[in-house]
Parts: sequence; structure tokens; C-alpha cells
Amino acid sequence: MTSKTRIPIQLQINGRRHELEVEPRVTLLDALRDHLGLTGTKKGCDQGQCGACTVHVDGQRVLACLTLAAQAEGRAVTSIEGLAEGDGTLHAVQAAFLEQDAFQCGYCTPGQIMSAVACIREGHAGSDDEIREYMAGNLCRCGAYPHIVAAVRQAALEVASSMETAS
Amino acid sequence: MRDFSYLRANSIDAARQAAALPGAMLLAGGTTLIDLAKCGVTEPETVVDITHLNGLDGITVDDRGATIGALARMSSVADHADIKSRFPAVSEALWQAASAQLRNMATIGGNLMQRTRCPYFRDPANFPACNKRTPGSGCSAIGGVTRGHAVLGTSEACIATYPGDLATALVAFDATVHLGDRQVAADDFFLLPGTTPDREHAIEPGEMITAISIPASAAAGRSTYLKVRDRQSYEFAAASAAVGIEFEADGRTIRDLRVALGGVATKPWRARAVEEALKGKVLEADTVKQASLLAIEAAVDHGANHYKIELAPRVIARAILKVGETA
Ligand SMILES: Cc1cc2nc3c(=O)[nH]c(=O)nc-3n(C[C@H](O)[C@H](O)[C@H](O)COP(=O)(O)OP(=O)(O)OC[C@H]3O[C@@H](n4cnc5c(N)ncnc54)[C@H](O)[C@@H]3O)c2cc1C
Ligand code: SF4
Ligand code: FES
Ligand code: FES
Repeated sequence: MTSKTRIPIQLQINGRRHELEVEPRVTLLDALRDHLGLTGTKKGCDQGQCGACTVHVDGQRVLACLTLAAQAEGRAVTSIEGLAEGDGTLHAVQAAFLEQDAFQCGYCTPGQIMSAVACIREGHAGSDDEIREYMAGNLCRCGAYPHIVAAVRQAALEVASSMETAS
Repeated sequence: MRDFSYLRANSIDAARQAAALPGAMLLAGGTTLIDLAKCGVTEPETVVDITHLNGLDGITVDDRGATIGALARMSSVADHADIKSRFPAVSEALWQAASAQLRNMATIGGNLMQRTRCPYFRDPANFPACNKRTPGSGCSAIGGVTRGHAVLGTSEACIATYPGDLATALVAFDATVHLGDRQVAADDFFLLPGTTPDREHAIEPGEMITAISIPASAAAGRSTYLKVRDRQSYEFAAASAAVGIEFEADGRTIRDLRVALGGVATKPWRARAVEEALKGKVLEADTVKQASLLAIEAAVDHGANHYKIELAPRVIARAILKVGETA
């Protein structure tokens, strides 16, 4: 048997560097929640099926429950805590979720928002059908789907118009 | 999940060597491996992380065909402009698989190696009998709930469905799996269960998928992937078909046809009998429907999965008519 001691890893999360020692099997989700106290990222199924644990790694949305913390070393991780600006100004997607009342219990919401930010950035929020398809990896047990689609649509329009004013 | 040691490979050779050691497994996107480790199905001693290797994620497309590195993500291949235009069935098979998050993680190499979704296979604590997991232990599915199980290519030892979408398209268009210097036709890469359902792929310990290549063809250029499932998105196929068509100059007579089935067989299932029956024929709905029935001539059901025998030929016919009609 090979020895399975804890390994030292460095993670870059929301622009800050963290050093921790973890068992190799520790997922990025458990590292965030249990080792770093960043509990905004939720654990739903822990099996890649619900999307509650969605975070960004190097700007891409991924599932933290199926990513080993060690695999994320050297990559830039963004969790829901890192989305708003330093002064507390909400990201357009966060604001749209509030305005459209896109949740009930809120458990799936951090994952929905992280997924939606990426969905818009990828250019996959062009129509309601496209939003439904590309947000399908985020389940909502409360069934807030119509409001979630409305929030993503609103945020996508805002992002597009802010890009126009910027250019 | 049992603990393991973690090794980060810094070269292909190092990865191969490390993975050849007993109990070692390659780790790419982790969407199969970590999932199954959590289920207690795979218990690696060591995981060899290959996601930090450089140069294995390229996608090149030219007049001869496409070459896709083993570490290319499903999402990058699905969204690649030349894959979309020259191999639409490949792009469609990929974007209709899993979810956006999973496709950003999952690699093409890992995708080919994904395991069956047979619920008994995935639940060792409650179902110790599974010939695929523990050779000789029996099969819990036979006589159990079989709604998702295969109707083609089954054996007395195992009736588990091969769940992947991409490989169905790869088999239709004669793709090749590159294992370093060695190459295997995609159709031969996936093994029938027979008496050894634990052996699923023509790959040996210490080998690694480095790339896949797909030859260009007119049929691949005019192709589609039709996936029918229990919900509209984020679900494995109940039945699916990768279909490509090439017409003679008259625009109606079929010169070349490719048909492969997913979700109904123990491996990605090329339906050559359907192809042969329709080559040289004029595209016409009744002819196509009749020929599609040839795909399920050898099908055997286990009760609850009987619907797949009805569904599969309909999916084939719909896919052929769809690619055929978009002139
Ligand atoms: C909830 C869920 C839904 C899904 N839905 C679908 C679906 O609808 N359609 C579909 O097709 N798939 C679906 N999948 C499966 C998914 O596509 C696969 O899990 C994924 O493609 C595996 O790739 P990976 O890089 O994550 O592999 P990993 O999990 O890293 O590896 C899988 C296996 O391949 C081996 N391996 C990895 N890379 C190589 C290599 N280069 N050479 C040799 N061996 C290698 C590993 O050792 C391991 O045994 C789903 C998965 C989940 C979790
Ligand atoms: S069908 Fe195959 S994978 Fe499923 S329980 Fe039987 S032997 Fe195991
Ligand atoms: S907790 Fe990760 S997908 Fe459900
Ligand atoms: S708001 Fe309750 S799960 Fe989505």
C-alpha cells in the first residue's frame, strides 16, 4: 500500500491565495466549505447530478463535488462569494435573481447564479430555449425554473447592453 | 470515498508508467472516476492526474478529417466551428450529453472510458452480484428492474447499456482511437460483454488514449445526432442515433449512409444492415422505416426495456429522414 498522507496544496480562490493540507480525496467542494469556511457553494447530491456546487475554474463553470481540490492547484477558482464587487455591488446576475424572485428556498441559488454567469459569457443565453438547455445542469427542487429563466434573460440583456456602452 | 494517493503527471510517459502500477488509475475530468469512487465501485490506490499535461487538448480539422486530443473538453469540441460544420453529429452528440458544467470538465479520452449507468453496477453495497464489477458474482439486473438495459449485444453475464453519446457518432463515422503509437478502430475499441463484461475496452494497463481522429466524409458533413430520452435535457439516451447521408448527383438516391445506435446496446452499435439496405435506394419515408427495422432483428428484451425495441428503429428512421430532407 502506498501511504496516503495529507498533501499540502495552494489554492487561488476569489483572488486570494490559501495554503492548506488535505487528504488527496478531498474535493474542491469540501475544501471550500469545510477547510476554508466558504459555505456559499452548496452540497446537494455530491455526485455531479444537481449543480448546487457550481464554481468557476479558470473562468469555466464546473462541479466542485467531482473536482479534487488538488486538481485545482494552479487554477483560479471563483465561488459565489467572489462574484460581487469589493464594495458589495452585486453582479448583474445576482441583481436579476433578486429582481425576478428567482428562488424559493434558495439552496440551489448560488449554483444557479454561478452557472448563469458562465452561460451568458459562453453566449448560450440567446433565447429562452437555449437558456433552458444550457442551464439544465442546475436542478431546482422548488421548481423556480420560470423565474430563473427570466432572471438569466434579463441579466443577459443587461450584460449585452453594458458591453455595447463600453465599446 | 476511500482515500488514495495523488500523483500529478508531468509527461505522457510518466502518466503511462504510473498508471501501469497496480491500483493506479488515470484521472482526467473526474466525472466518471470520482463519481464511481464515491459509489464504492472503483477504489483506486493512486490517481494519476493528467489534466496538467500540456499539448493534449488540441483540435485540428482539415480536408482529411479531425484530430482531437484526449484532454480536449467535451464543451470545446462541441462548440468548435469546424467540428460543427464538418461533423455536425459529433457536435450534437456532445452538446446533448450531460450538462454544461460536466462538459467543461469531461475530456474526450475519459468520455470514451465512461462506465455503464446500470443502477446495480453503481450500488455495490446493496447489490454485490455484478459480473462487470466482480467477475463471476452474477448479474443483479437479469430478473430485476431493466428499464434502462440493453436489447442488443447482451450476454448471459451482462445486459448493461453503453451510455455514451459521442462514441455512437464516432463509430458511425469510422473514427480511430490513438493509444500513443497504437491505433484501434473505434468500433473495435468497445468490447461486447460476452463472458467477460469486466473487460470493456481494447486498452491495456499502462496504455493511454492520446487522441481520436475522424476521417472526413460527405456523410459526416451531412449528419445529425438524434437523442430521445425521459426528459428533454441532462439525461442519458433511451435510444439515440448518429446518422450521416450522402446522395448521388440526383440529390435523392442514397450513395453513402452511416447509422449507429446509442442507449440500446452494450456498446456503440453500428447498424450496417440498415446502411446496406438503403444504399442505392431513393430516400422515401416508407422505405426508410422498413429498412430501419433491420437494426433490431437480433434484439432481445428483458421485460421493462422492451420499449427500446420499438423506439430504436423509429429514432433511426426519423434521423435519416431529418438529414435527408434538409437539402
Ligand atoms: C450526472 C452525469 C450525467 C451524464 N450524462 C451523460 C450523457 O448524457 N451522455 C454522455 O455521453 N455522458 C454523460 N455523462 C458521462 C460523462 O460524459 C463522462 O463522465 C465523461 O465524459 C468522462 O470524462 P472524464 O474526463 O471526466 O473522465 P474521468 O472520470 O477522469 O475518467 C474516466 C475513466 O477513464 C480513464 N481515463 C481518463 N482519461 C484517459 C485517457 N486519456 N486514456 C485512458 N484512460 C483514461 C480513467 O482512468 C477513468 O477510468 C454524465 C456524467 C454525469 C456525472
Ligand atoms: S447488467 Fe452488467 S453491470 Fe448491470 S448488474 Fe448485470 S453484470 Fe452488473
Ligand atoms: S453537489 Fe455537485 S452536482 Fe450536486
Ligand atoms: S430555490 Fe429551492 S431548490 Fe431552487
